[in-house]
Amino acid sequence: MKKFLTIALVIALVAIGIAACGGEEETPTPAPVSVEGGLPASAMEIAAARGLTPDDIAAALKTYTPSGKVDEYLLFMSGGHSGNVIVAGIPSMRILKNIAVFTPESWQGYGFGSRESEQILDAGNVNGVKIRMGDTHHPALSETNGDYDGEYLFINDKTHARVAVVDLRDFETKQIVKDPLLISAHGSTFVTPNTEYVVQASQYNTPLGWEYAPISEYKEKYRGTITFWKFDRAKGRILPEESFAVEIPPYWQDLCDAGKLASDGWAFCNSFNSELYTGGVTEGNPPFEAGVSQRDMDYLHIINWKRAEEVIKAGKYETLKGMKLIRIPAAAAEGVLYLAPEPKSPHGVDVSPDGKYIVVAGKLDPHVTVYSIDKIKQAIADKKWTTDDYGIPVLDFDAVMHAQVELGLGPLHTQFDDQGYAYTSLFLDSAIARWKLGGDDPSAYALVEKTPVQYNVGHIAAAEGDTVNPDGKYLVALNKWAVDRFAPIGPLLPQNIQLLDISSGQMKVIYDMPMGIGEPHYAQIIKTDKIKAWDVYPEVGWDPIAQAPSKYATKAGEERVVRNGNQVEIFMTSIRSRLTPDHIEIKKGDHVIWHITNIETAKDATHGFQLGGYNISLSIEPGETTTFEFDAVNDGVFAFYCTEFCSALHLEMMGYMFVQP
Amino acid sequence: MTADMEKLLGPRVPADELRAHRTRYLIPTLIFAAAAILIVISMFLPYWSLTLHAPQYPQGLKVVAYVNQLQGDVAEIDGLNHYIGMRRLGEAAQFEMQVSIFAITGIALLILAAIFVHNWWAALLALPGLLLPFFFLADLQFWLANFGQNLDPTAPLSSSVKPFVPPALGVGKIAQFRTEAYPEIGLWLAFVASALILIGLYFHRRAYKPLVDAQKQAAKAG
Repeated sequence: MKKFLTIALVIALVAIGIAACGGEEETPTPAPVSVEGGLPASAMEIAAARGLTPDDIAAALKTYTPSGKVDEYLLFMSGGHSGNVIVAGIPSMRILKNIAVFTPESWQGYGFGSRESEQILDAGNVNGVKIRMGDTHHPALSETNGDYDGEYLFINDKTHARVAVVDLRDFETKQIVKDPLLISAHGSTFVTPNTEYVVQASQYNTPLGWEYAPISEYKEKYRGTITFWKFDRAKGRILPEESFAVEIPPYWQDLCDAGKLASDGWAFCNSFNSELYTGGVTEGNPPFEAGVSQRDMDYLHIINWKRAEEVIKAGKYETLKGMKLIRIPAAAAEGVLYLAPEPKSPHGVDVSPDGKYIVVAGKLDPHVTVYSIDKIKQAIADKKWTTDDYGIPVLDFDAVMHAQVELGLGPLHTQFDDQGYAYTSLFLDSAIARWKLGGDDPSAYALVEKTPVQYNVGHIAAAEGDTVNPDGKYLVALNKWAVDRFAPIGPLLPQNIQLLDISSGQMKVIYDMPMGIGEPHYAQIIKTDKIKAWDVYPEVGWDPIAQAPSKYATKAGEERVVRNGNQVEIFMTSIRSRLTPDHIEIKKGDHVIWHITNIETAKDATHGFQLGGYNISLSIEPGETTTFEFDAVNDGVFAFYCTEFCSALHLEMMGYMFVQP
Repeated sequence: MTADMEKLLGPRVPADELRAHRTRYLIPTLIFAAAAILIVISMFLPYWSLTLHAPQYPQGLKVVAYVNQLQGDVAEIDGLNHYIGMRRLGEAAQFEMQVSIFAITGIALLILAAIFVHNWWAALLALPGLLLPFFFLADLQFWLANFGQNLDPTAPLSSSVKPFVPPALGVGKIAQFRTEAYPEIGLWLAFVASALILIGLYFHRRAYKPLVDAQKQAAKAG
């Protein structure tokens, strides 16, 4: 018996011994500083040497994000006339991605040959004119029950009245739709609480559908629309055929916001040319800037979009250039469209988190004017209105206006926090105003404090600050002028994007981020953990437009070149560190269709691809299949190669294309 | 039961003896059954893993071996291995993996059969189960050596990475990778089953040896 037990014991000991070998060799990580210990002497020496104030030190400590640590929030900024969207982290303010949308961008392989991106961009062409730029203004994250859900991002192009859809699984543009009625649209994009619609308002009014009419017929022929782009979340696409527009007078509409909770089903848009001014400086008229600023009041547009849906269902619309259009008389008669006076030429209109209040910022008036949705509904029920020249009900100002707060000069845009405060940018004062939302009591609305920002602040964005559930904590000021904030780099200066700590007490600027790749207008801030982005595409051979396996997917070992007359189709794979096949033999005059599948499955194993002489630049992420095509117009020997430094043998990752004369 | 059968399978336990010392005969039965069950369970669990650590793979790359398949970052490891000219991991131990489920089921059945065999043949029936984890490790080491020693001499890094033998257990180093190879839960279960078989054999011997001796005595006397 003893012998048996001994052997069993030995086996058990061997097993334990093997297990013990499995211990990881840990490299010791330095311990964080303790509150009792205070800052280490080395930190105080650095602060003294750099001349930092205690506020500077606090700001540095609030924003510094050590290597490997991930930001708590993501900031999605429009790039303005760079036509893109820029993503940065908060509080580090590090730029993470520049998402190409309306403008080609060669690093992402967007608009440089890849068939997918060319098709998206071509969908945004205007009446046969190839458009390869845009002016992005207002990003809108998709929402569920009025809260960001992290699935999609919408962005407008003001220049051409277009809207793009970005899929936040891969942070790539999937669709561009062109409004067939408008030429330009500023008040876009704003989503309804469950992303049923993406709201877009015209700005510089023209005859709808790009007809010609002389400026003398401005009042009769020029029009705007508020367009409700229908979004199909399952498809990840806007459906133009299920979208509709509400015709509005040429009052030059500005920003919009969609109602939520108490105001769900409504949308609100400002305007600033109720004068119907038409310019003509060379004929001795005042310039637009003066002419559109004459009247003391402009019109807040109030749209009942749920009512509009019923009107569409009842067939009371016209179809113009493929877009369902509710004309002004129908909109006025059916309770779709109302106006309310608002102080002269305002800019932003923002709905409070509970949906009860609509804040209109004065721009040329030092107040913000707060409207109540209950009062609006009551005034409509009581028919407390007159009509404008177009027969649209204009609600009685005193009946719908709830409160006014004097904030300072040039109030533009308002955001909200979780403490019952609103924040409004003051362009002329170059400051942020924090003020109290007073709820039902108009006298409880009051300015709390102001903090200077540098300089000429436009939009602001608070953490989830335009949702039903704002987070507070951070506010970003998107300043138009930097002036003296950064090292001199010539006469075109970066914008100054400033991060403010609004978590407690006095608001404080804690970071200046120079923005040298665009001019952000609006931005939204979402909690990082709401974004469920893919590390790599779900399957090797993925079509990122269909978000499904590609029919051109090529497996390792199945690479081939198929000739059909003068059409040559190439099925290529890329993996560290080779492109297969690496010899492509074609003839001058061939039409070449070239598919590349990146058969990598490892995170970050992206391969780029450029073919000199044919303007081809691709970025092929792990698992992606992409296609480009061209006519071989020039003979000769061409080199193609991987443009992402993918591996130690990256330089060897190339091939030749032989084009016989 | 015929005398021939008893000769082959060992003596049966008389009913009154079984009633008097039930535990004595129950113990080896239960231990063998437990060993067989552990071995069957182990087939569905990983036996071994190899983790590659390098700066650019902060999470590491891990390949996990079951008795019949490899899982984990096999594609990425294969991709890297082409630089040193190592064959694809899927080409290793193909025969073993194909037959493993049948073979190990057979091994478990043999252990169960040992319950009903009351002479020294029982030890022989239980032997494959006893040796299973050792065979696994030996076969693993064979394939690691086979792969490490047979690198494609035309591979990009063939001049800087010479043929080598990765250790089946413990820590190794190849180019910028630190490798860590460890047994996983399935192999541990197989080891426990081995130990149980040894212990079971002791109790089996203690229970049935007197009966076998008596049988021999009777045969001599007869």
